[in-house]
Amino acid sequence: MNLREEGETEIVNQFLDSTLESVDQAESIIMEAAEKAGFEEDDMHKIGMAARECMVNAVVHGNRYNTNKKVHLAVSAGRDTLTIRISDEGEGFEASNLPDPLAEENLLSHSGRGIFLIRAFMDEVDIHPVSPHGTEVTLVKKKSLS
Amino acid sequence: MSIKLNSRQVGDVTVVDLAGRITLGEGSSTMRDALRDQLAKGNKKILLNLGEVSYIDSSGIGELVSAFTTVTNQGGQLKLLGLNKRIKDLLQITKLYTVFEVHDDESAAVRSFS
Repeated sequence: MNLREEGETEIVNQFLDSTLESVDQAESIIMEAAEKAGFEEDDMHKIGMAARECMVNAVVHGNRYNTNKKVHLAVSAGRDTLTIRISDEGEGFEASNLPDPLAEENLLSHSGRGIFLIRAFMDEVDIHPVSPHGTEVTLVKKKSLS
Repeated sequence: MSIKLNSRQVGDVTVVDLAGRITLGEGSSTMRDALRDQLAKGNKKILLNLGEVSYIDSSGIGELVSAFTTVTNQGGQLKLLGLNKRIKDLLQITKLYTVFEVHDDESAAVRSFS
């Protein structure tokens, strides 16, 4: 999977606290980056939503609000793409083991739709463990052809 | 912006007007508490008006589902009103359009309660 385009420019690289305020902060940063990169409103909404779900996973399920753990956010823009990397310092998880939220028996579940929505809204999604511990999620959105 | 909420009676239907963003944290818990209050009062015909809701995340979707199951399990009905296109799309891709009864017109929605 090609998750990084040649000639990408890094526009955000920062560490955030493991709080819900950081989720809002990251959403704003990423939306601003998407707008500057020239994405249209509908795509910006999808990018913001996917990034928000990803940040919630990092803060809530990864770092479990631990004040000693940080969430790393990096955003880079290519000619026609926006690439977002969000990593936590949590215990990690196996994405392939997540239940299918569209299965009849899971439709009325309270939770379990975050990763599904991330995959629905972004063009490329890669979830992998990072050393020494934690999970990095890479999200890529390509500009819609107008 | 966090969520704003107002409840009103239209006949025997409780219309809960929501505005803002329903996301993890305050937005979700405000909606949960309001519905719990309505059920405690015996109001079991609930129309959630999302006309002024600009954004729902997966946690907010989870709260809508929990509200639906809680009301249904108590013998009540919960329906949705006034969804914007993005929230309708969200319900489509999560297959929840098959679960919720969704209306665009308040009068028709109120009349639809049995």
